[in-house]
Amino acid sequence: MTLLSTHGLTAFYGDFQALFGVDLTLGAGETLAIIGANGAGKSTLLRSVCGLIPAASGMIRFDGADVGALSAPEIMALGIAMVPEGRRLFPSLSVEENLLIGTYGRKTQGTWSLSTVYDLFPVLRERRHNPGTALSGGQQQMVAIGRALMSNPRVLLCDEISLGLAPVVIKDIYAALPRIKEGGTSVIVVEQDIGQALRVADRVVCMMEGRITLEGTPARLTRAVIHDAYFGARV
Amino acid sequence: MIWVDTIVQGVLLGGLYALFAAGLSLVFGIMRLVNLAHGDLIVLAAYLILFVVTVLGVHPLVAVLLAAPMMFAIGWGLQRLILTRTLGDDILPPLLVTFGLSIVIQNALLEGFTADSQRIPMGAIETASVALGPVSVGLIPLLTFASAVLVIFALNQLFYRTSLGRAFRAVSDDPTTAQLMGIRPASVFATATGIAMVVVTIAALYLGVRSNFDPTIGPARLIYAFEAVIIGGLGSLWGTLAGGIIIGVAQTLGGSINPEWQILSGHIAFLVVLLIWPRGLFPRAFD
Repeated sequence: MTLLSTHGLTAFYGDFQALFGVDLTLGAGETLAIIGANGAGKSTLLRSVCGLIPAASGMIRFDGADVGALSAPEIMALGIAMVPEGRRLFPSLSVEENLLIGTYGRKTQGTWSLSTVYDLFPVLRERRHNPGTALSGGQQQMVAIGRALMSNPRVLLCDEISLGLAPVVIKDIYAALPRIKEGGTSVIVVEQDIGQALRVADRVVCMMEGRITLEGTPARLTRAVIHDAYFGARV
Repeated sequence: MIWVDTIVQGVLLGGLYALFAAGLSLVFGIMRLVNLAHGDLIVLAAYLILFVVTVLGVHPLVAVLLAAPMMFAIGWGLQRLILTRTLGDDILPPLLVTFGLSIVIQNALLEGFTADSQRIPMGAIETASVALGPVSVGLIPLLTFASAVLVIFALNQLFYRTSLGRAFRAVSDDPTTAQLMGIRPASVFATATGIAMVVVTIAALYLGVRSNFDPTIGPARLIYAFEAVIIGGLGSLWGTLAGGIIIGVAQTLGGSINPEWQILSGHIAFLVVLLIWPRGLFPRAFD
């Protein structure tokens, strides 16, 4: 069953057209990886879906309703949570307050609460009274993911969660994704680093220059095919 | 002993300045909005209290309870309809718009209430005093100071202990990411300005009980409030109380040496503090 879809989605990043008629679907319970080089339009796609960038044309449907015209707070309240690129923790808030603010616009009973987020990332429990920005990059990323989970979202959007982190830390963070999936949340991960993304994803979409150039399951996509879709045809 | 008395009176006067400043500090801390009409809004609230006292014949403390929600609504609407449109990367539009608002409020009050000086009558309590050790202090100044401490304590609890307070801080840090948490910045800002106007109403009560007021005295109150906020450290509420006390003590000390020096010594204290601590006494860790 399709939970979230875009149809002919066109969007601009400033004056620059970043998306050219993107059709994307996300099934309930599915983990989708969107890969592509810098500037391929991946982040713009996520930012359109979560309401931060208005769509120029096309449609975004969530759970049967057209949500393309809604604001970011309205979309969040429906159950689409975003882990923004660069983590974007609130520096004035402690780790625990950063997690609690994740429920501001959507208060639900569900799998995720302070204690289950601390179980998922135990290091955060020890540091819960520290300012969010006093943590290491990897720990900050855990807070950003936990903050998005606190509203028990139906869809979790993760924008470049491996960016700027050491490989061993990236592995730790990706190890949490199966447990997020078990909680019933559908996930979209946007990555430039395709290794981790391919390991956790049920399906992969590759983008280039604002268009989807390849789609398939990780098992059926060879490195060579992905390489072509990622960089364009080989010279 | 006269020095102890002077300093105690100065501290209590500082409470009044802290009340003037607390609303300003709250709004500036959350949305980096400098409201040049803040002093005039205090005067507006004083007239509102006086109006309720005169029309309904109730005690001023009851009038404050009625005026506070009205001022909350005025603040909420003001933010929602006007001030929110001035917020952005450029700091000039809020200054220009609130400067204009200051003139509008002054002239509206002149039209509505004339230029005559007014007072909020509070009966025998106005002249009552209590003995505090060696000094005798007026009940009204004491109540003013206690209210200032209480208001700042309450605002701090709101800011650091509630969900709304977390939203205030989050929006102040990063409005875009705050939206991803389901926070509507415009609505949070309107609530903050509404709360600031409730504090303004409390300040207005003491302004109107302690001295005469007329439609034009707002800007002078604004200067004291500004000085208290700035030497306290921008965005720090307890710092604002400390700043108010420093200005109050400097004014009474200066005034006790020579009455002509009262206002001047407050301003000099402000400049001296800034000379030594350019970011104020309790600056934020980051900005």
